[in-house]
Amino acid sequence: MSGGVDSAVAAARAVEAGHDVVGVHLALSRAGGTLRTGSRGCCTIEDAMDARRAADLLGIPFYVWDFSERFREDVIDDFVAEYRAGRTPNPCLRCNEKIKFAALLERAMELGFDAVCTGHYATLVDGEGGLELHRASDAAKDQSYVLGVLNAEQLAHTYFPLGSTPSKALVRAEAAERGLSVAQKPDSHDICFIPDGDTRGWLAEKVGAEQGEILDRGGNVVGTHDGAHAFTVGQRRGLRLGVPAPDGKPRFVLEVRPVSNTVVVGPKEALAIAEISGERRSWAGAAPAAEEFVCEVQIRAHADPVPARAFVAEDAVRVVPDEPLDGVAPGQSAVLYVGTRVLGQFTIDRTVSAVPVGV
Amino acid sequence: MPPRSAIRATESRPRARCESGGVHYLDHAATTDLRPEAAEEWLRVARQTGNASSTHGAGQRARRILEESRERLAAVLGCDPIEVVLTSGGTESVNLAVQGLWRSRFSGRESILLPDGEHHATLDTVAALAAEGARVVPVALDGVGRIPADAFAAGLATDGVALATALVANNEVGTVNDAAALAASARSASVPLHLDAVAAFGHLPLSFAALRGDAPAGAGLVALSVAGHKIGAPTGTGALVVARTAHLAPLQHGGGQQRGLRSGTQDVAGAAAFALAAELAVAERAAEAVRLSALRDRLVAGIRERVPSAELIGHPDPAGRLPGNAHLLFPGAPSESLLFLLDVAGVSASAGSACQAGIAEPSHVVQALGRSEVEARSVIRFTLGRTSSDADVDAVLAAIGDAYERASGAAR
Repeated sequence: MSGGVDSAVAAARAVEAGHDVVGVHLALSRAGGTLRTGSRGCCTIEDAMDARRAADLLGIPFYVWDFSERFREDVIDDFVAEYRAGRTPNPCLRCNEKIKFAALLERAMELGFDAVCTGHYATLVDGEGGLELHRASDAAKDQSYVLGVLNAEQLAHTYFPLGSTPSKALVRAEAAERGLSVAQKPDSHDICFIPDGDTRGWLAEKVGAEQGEILDRGGNVVGTHDGAHAFTVGQRRGLRLGVPAPDGKPRFVLEVRPVSNTVVVGPKEALAIAEISGERRSWAGAAPAAEEFVCEVQIRAHADPVPARAFVAEDAVRVVPDEPLDGVAPGQSAVLYVGTRVLGQFTIDRTVSAVPVGV
Repeated sequence: MPPRSAIRATESRPRARCESGGVHYLDHAATTDLRPEAAEEWLRVARQTGNASSTHGAGQRARRILEESRERLAAVLGCDPIEVVLTSGGTESVNLAVQGLWRSRFSGRESILLPDGEHHATLDTVAALAAEGARVVPVALDGVGRIPADAFAAGLATDGVALATALVANNEVGTVNDAAALAASARSASVPLHLDAVAAFGHLPLSFAALRGDAPAGAGLVALSVAGHKIGAPTGTGALVVARTAHLAPLQHGGGQQRGLRSGTQDVAGAAAFALAAELAVAERAAEAVRLSALRDRLVAGIRERVPSAELIGHPDPAGRLPGNAHLLFPGAPSESLLFLLDVAGVSASAGSACQAGIAEPSHVVQALGRSEVEARSVIRFTLGRTSSDADVDAVLAAIGDAYERASGAAR
């Protein structure tokens, strides 16, 4: 129970469904704020209080459990390490993978619980071959992407009561109807451990801001930057380019090279990616039987899924989209769908450009 | 598509909540049952309208009850009635004493003698004063949580100590200090001493006058804090005993009540209930100490039988700790998990202080005893009180084995 409306309504539905429910607020930061100031950040003392009051209303026990150390190691430190390595991490995904449905789930099971219930918008379905993870009914709120990293064992012990609700507005209405004070509380977005939303500034503090060069694909210096971590593949804003492009068109970040502290830019066409692959993968159920199959791939939480062909081998999962993908950053998760069903995901290690270099 | 049916259940579960038929409360150090007599007295007096500062008949009647209550408290605490300053509780009393003594200190004295392991009311108050320039002279606790008399004396002898503060008995681990020795040291060093008796009052013999002796003004014991809800008076009552010769700046300004040390309309009903509760607590103190110690000793022995690795923290000798206090370390089992499992089994206990968000923080007291942060997060404090019985001890013993096994398995 984060103190938000989704987890409050999820808890209410779980109670109504007849489950024996205990509300837990995760303390993920030791230096938490006191008041919730706006929609950034999470888990302030006010959030903990909102969660507690929701639990009071539902008549369920409430505890605050400290996972701040694990969170720091598995999510925050990983976040910094990934940026240092020139990749683009997704900390919400990492939190689900390592904290909410791992550390918390493990502790819950040891303490005698059967499942972790959250307010995520996703649906679990009993399919022919076992449990399946599907998108939520509300496409705009669907969070199956950040849950794509869960495996069968984890899914067997999760419960998402909100997945079937057609819209978020209905969830809020339900909260109001139930008398939950958080019915109109704004959703939190951005990264929970960077409350002011200034990821760039936060990273500059952790990674250090060292000036470096911006290069074109030919290796020519076309500008300078104040720290490679501030850039993500596909980014256009924030580039200080002293030398305009020969074709006059805008340039985009193609690659971040932390070792040499350089950023490579090029035209939009150069962002096109013909193939993505990665070694680390997980399956939301049984691993696919076929080594090659048709699917849809989604590379960001708010990106559209695109039709593709997947090739699963021991050393890597390769996905070839039917049309080139734009702005794919290594470190992101590629979630594979068949219809509304999540098959699984892999972390993108390598991308193959659709455009030969030098053009 | 069909909705997901049943969630796959785990194989075993801990005992269901309140299977034993009720909650067994073993957190009397946090707060204890309101004495029925105190509740009745509160209601009786509260129904009589009157501001004790008013000059008319109604005010005089209220004033009379207030001052009689003050006299009764003074008799119990071993001081003069004029020395009893009624407050809203332990935290206010501690704040008034520490800040008050600091703000009226002799010029040139810029340090505060602060032992480790004090209650947060003291620690946080001193921290606030440190931010204003006070220098903190720490005193380390020994391995069982006592303030060593020689180290305390040595600290007092350092240059420019404006005030010293110390717990009569540690509220967490229960260790009893030699308050008489600490007061004598402060007197010899001509330093004013505040004693925090919030946990000790009602459990240990306590006399302000005996501890103060014939110390000159501004030296030795000058202030003593007590709280009502710890002895069965309503929450919101308390007192700070302030020696008549002490110099203490008030926190709260206004009508000038209580020697100007604590302005504000006085809580007559609270004072009456507090006085009655104090008399009852002190009257039964000796017998309760024997009864609670016996229950506590059985509890500790029983726990160690079921959890051989459990370790008693604080003074090993029953006479060296507060009767009714059993503070144990459960290696490899996080307090959070243990408290949850005990709660499910209908046993209420605690572990150090909880922060405002509700997280059980690693006990600073346990760390002050030289233990690691991990160990400081694996402790449970059981405290027995007036309404405790064998059934409460039995409930703990029935639950602790399974709770430890699960909690140490869940440790991350």
